[in-house]
Amino acid sequence: MPEGMIGQSPVRVDGRAKVTGTAHYASDMAVPNPAWAFLVTSAIARGRVTEINEAEARQVSGVLDILTHRNMRGEVQDAGFFAGGGYTSTTMRPLEDDRVHHDGEIVAMVLAETYEQAREGAYRLHVHYAEENPAAGFDAEGAELVSAKDASKGSFEDPAVGDADAALATAAVTVEADYATPTQHHNPIELFTTTASWENGRLTILEGSQYVHGLRNGIAAQLGMDPSLVRVESPFIGGAFGSRGSLTQRTALVAVAARRLRRPVKLVATRDQGFTIATYRAETRQHVKLGADKDGKLVALVHEGVEVTSRPDPYKVAGTQTTCRMYACPNIRTKVSILHADRNTPGFMRSPPEVPYMFALESAMDELAVKLGMDPIELRRVNDTMHEPIKGLPYTSRSLMQCFDRGAEAFGWKQRNPEPRSMRDGDWLVGVGCASTIYPTHLGAATARVTLTPNGHARVQTAAHDIGTGTYTVVAQAAAEGLGLPLEKVVVEMGDSELPPAPVSGGSNVTASVCTVVMQACEQIRARLAAAAQDGPLKGRDPATLRLVDGTLRAPDGTAEPIADAMGRASNGAIEISAENIPKGLPPDSLKKLYQGRQALGAGLEGKEVAMAAFGAEFVEVRVHSRTAEVRVPRLLGAFAAGRIVNPRTARSQLMGGLIWGMGGALLEATEIDQRRARYVNDNIAEYLIAVNADVPKVDVLFVEEEDRQVNPLGIKGLGELGNVGTNAAIANAVFHATGKRVRELPIRIESLL
Amino acid sequence: MRPFSYERVPDQAAVRRGVPQSATSRAAPVPTMLLAGGTTLLDLMKLDVLRPERVLDINTLAPKLSAIEADAQGLRLGALARMAAVADDAAVRREFPVVAESLMLAASGQIRNMASLGGNVLQRTRCSYFRDVSYAACNKRNPGSGCAALDGYNRLHAVLGTSEQCIASYPGDFAQALIALDAVVEIEGPQGARRIPFAELHRQPGDRPDVETTLNPGEMIAGFAIPAGPWARRSRYVKVRDRESYAFAAASAAVALDLDGDKVRQARIALGGVATVPWRATAAEAALAGQVLDEASAERAAEAAFRDAKTHGENDYKPELGRRTLVRALLEAKRMEIA
Repeated sequence: MPEGMIGQSPVRVDGRAKVTGTAHYASDMAVPNPAWAFLVTSAIARGRVTEINEAEARQVSGVLDILTHRNMRGEVQDAGFFAGGGYTSTTMRPLEDDRVHHDGEIVAMVLAETYEQAREGAYRLHVHYAEENPAAGFDAEGAELVSAKDASKGSFEDPAVGDADAALATAAVTVEADYATPTQHHNPIELFTTTASWENGRLTILEGSQYVHGLRNGIAAQLGMDPSLVRVESPFIGGAFGSRGSLTQRTALVAVAARRLRRPVKLVATRDQGFTIATYRAETRQHVKLGADKDGKLVALVHEGVEVTSRPDPYKVAGTQTTCRMYACPNIRTKVSILHADRNTPGFMRSPPEVPYMFALESAMDELAVKLGMDPIELRRVNDTMHEPIKGLPYTSRSLMQCFDRGAEAFGWKQRNPEPRSMRDGDWLVGVGCASTIYPTHLGAATARVTLTPNGHARVQTAAHDIGTGTYTVVAQAAAEGLGLPLEKVVVEMGDSELPPAPVSGGSNVTASVCTVVMQACEQIRARLAAAAQDGPLKGRDPATLRLVDGTLRAPDGTAEPIADAMGRASNGAIEISAENIPKGLPPDSLKKLYQGRQALGAGLEGKEVAMAAFGAEFVEVRVHSRTAEVRVPRLLGAFAAGRIVNPRTARSQLMGGLIWGMGGALLEATEIDQRRARYVNDNIAEYLIAVNADVPKVDVLFVEEEDRQVNPLGIKGLGELGNVGTNAAIANAVFHATGKRVRELPIRIESLL
Repeated sequence: MRPFSYERVPDQAAVRRGVPQSATSRAAPVPTMLLAGGTTLLDLMKLDVLRPERVLDINTLAPKLSAIEADAQGLRLGALARMAAVADDAAVRREFPVVAESLMLAASGQIRNMASLGGNVLQRTRCSYFRDVSYAACNKRNPGSGCAALDGYNRLHAVLGTSEQCIASYPGDFAQALIALDAVVEIEGPQGARRIPFAELHRQPGDRPDVETTLNPGEMIAGFAIPAGPWARRSRYVKVRDRESYAFAAASAAVALDLDGDKVRQARIALGGVATVPWRATAAEAALAGQVLDEASAERAAEAAFRDAKTHGENDYKPELGRRTLVRALLEAKRMEIA
């Protein structure tokens, strides 16, 4: 592997700006003379708004305008559900009519000179409802169950192979169990904010976004504008985790308000409003059946899941697509259904399909290992495969067992006494557990512009986003390597829809998708410099062999010319290259969809010729108090193989964060729902519990080397979502080992173990 | 938040003259609240739950009301002493471990640095239906409107001291230490200064959940006096909660033991996270008096403590967890090495 910036661990190029407060997030960006918006959200989950009494609110000093369905009907057009090829997080249009579809739906927006006045106005706006009995979700009267296949109108098929039921009937050992996962909310620290301003018919939106190009096209469609008249800026993002991936209702409302008031409008929604005006991870119930022969080889797998969604939107994550490809198994049957309830529409949340569905599969695998009297790692080994079992496609690489072996050694797995409830430290029961983790290697079409200036500085422009993952840094590394420049001579501009489009920062695709196209642009620059070099000291060298290294254009024999001189031959000024890339295996219309701002990721496990995924093994130690049953986690360890690691420092942070979040997901995080009222109850981050430092004493991340040039020319597999996939099951498995009690419903709380 | 006037109280005399009429205004009393650390009041004002028209900042009194004094008589704590300062005080940690632990295990470092002791014991419930004005039914916030928690989400709600009108749990920790140790509250107000047992400060909800304390209009807490006693050093606060830090108790127990060998001369027990008010478990104390403290007697005491518990669905686990928490606290206190 040539030496270069890719694979090194520079600190984040934006780190200093962030820790010194000079990095401006969307709501930090100043606009002249803004009016402030405050949302009023519904106090019921189902029914109608019968009356809105504005008199008292209008009297509040500074109140400028109040938007309700009475003056907004028809203002915001349908821009299509994002999961159906459109743009919006829900097909419910904001303030379209008097209907209330879910708890916390926006029913009014109060605009005032200051934030405080808008808030007071909102508190003095009296909304009256005709309430109907809502269905909160599972077990609720009135909730409507449909198969994902039927809901998809033919675009979704439940993967299956062989005859799972027949194989189960004759299997030597079987496991059958029900699992459940809770509603969870992203709760990024940056609240959901939007600023809109108009100038000469052009709209500027400042909003933390994982897809500025999608937001631009979506808002244009909603407002009936040409997308070229809309600009979306999102230079920094204070956490997203999927919550900023699609267009939510608030954006269009703020834009309309700004148009009505003829001045910029700022909205900073409150923490509790964030639970209902954006998306979330829906609760699931799952049923798993495993059949194995006496040596542990799987002969049958049945995985059925039901996911909650809103009334109108058939959102699903369908993690069976992943679980059916995890292990070698000749007979597989899966089924996903969705349950329409009076809830807001769910959406992406870090590893959307894998987190709930892998919890069920990896718990069931542990139960099978117990039943077989087998080490759970050995159970994974006998079922490891280099071909996914549904279509038999080869994995381009799969280092699952290497991860288990490295992880087991570092963790000290051998010291475990497999007997449940056999390990103890004073009043605490000790348990260890492990689970596989997987994340499909998604890729997207991407574009980028790279400019090399005569004095050897580079500028990279692409409408990608740094959602806190380190994208600014890894993209700078790619350009530095491609152009043979030190990192500090590369400037990266992202998070602006005026830049060349890049895909949604979702599905862990960005490092691979964007670095690839940036490298292509750099290669074109190199080729131009090399072609022009024939007039100088590199005369006679084959241009294809000339490389950009250490600020020079260099031949294999060591002859080199400073980049500034080479530039002088190739161009009168800067060299500016725009590149576009459609990754191998993606349909040709991927680029067109990208320019339209639609979601068009591909590859992963559902390609036509190969299957691509990153793998890992996660290990945890838990302690459960023998009397009071609190679960604490002194150690988390993950070993991961994800192709070429562009920046081990930022990659480690991603995986560490994933392990920690997975732990929190297993033990702490749940959005509580008042089942009678179908309303979220703990809608704040004092009571919606997220792991704090005291919960995570020790986290270790190991990288298992993996070379895979089939996934993409740089050999990169995305890993942003890999870390939190296996942790839920690893914790549950460790809790079983500590206590002898199998908990199949998350989160595992004190009362689960009393 | 709604507009309010903000005034700094000039001196303690102003408080004695009567808080509602104090400072600059001689007009008719307006809904007035005192501001100390602000960690509860400001939150609830932003949520539109509390709507004072006047906020009186009493931090001007901090120089006189921040005492942390331990002597042979016991411990005196000023109402404006900050939680962190008391939790960190060497004498408090040595002589009254249950006080230091109850404070240290509460809230977060940032909040402990801001929050005052007086404000802490008056902290309002975390009942979600109380804290969210979009719920019509809350007898505490809106007397006579009903209680949404009874048939709503009540995992963290009380099982002791509840009524048909309210099951909101008292959220604090420090108060359990105070009530267990027979602390006295020093109160100042228009009618002068008075002292009452801490156990008489809070009211169970009964049919008036909106009236939470026995403080009269215009009165404020000036401090706390905790008497010395042979149980004080062998005292412990066990808090069981979902996460390791910054979480309210699912159940907690403050215990202080006066032991004669293995035998209990006197046990003082208070329970948190399970009751509507700071809860002295007198039946449990009586069950232990004169007994050898062991697993069996601790369990009998715990049984007595929760005999009258009433649950509402999601909090069905609380009596069992409360019992186990108390047993754990008693046995851990017994094991303590006392210098």
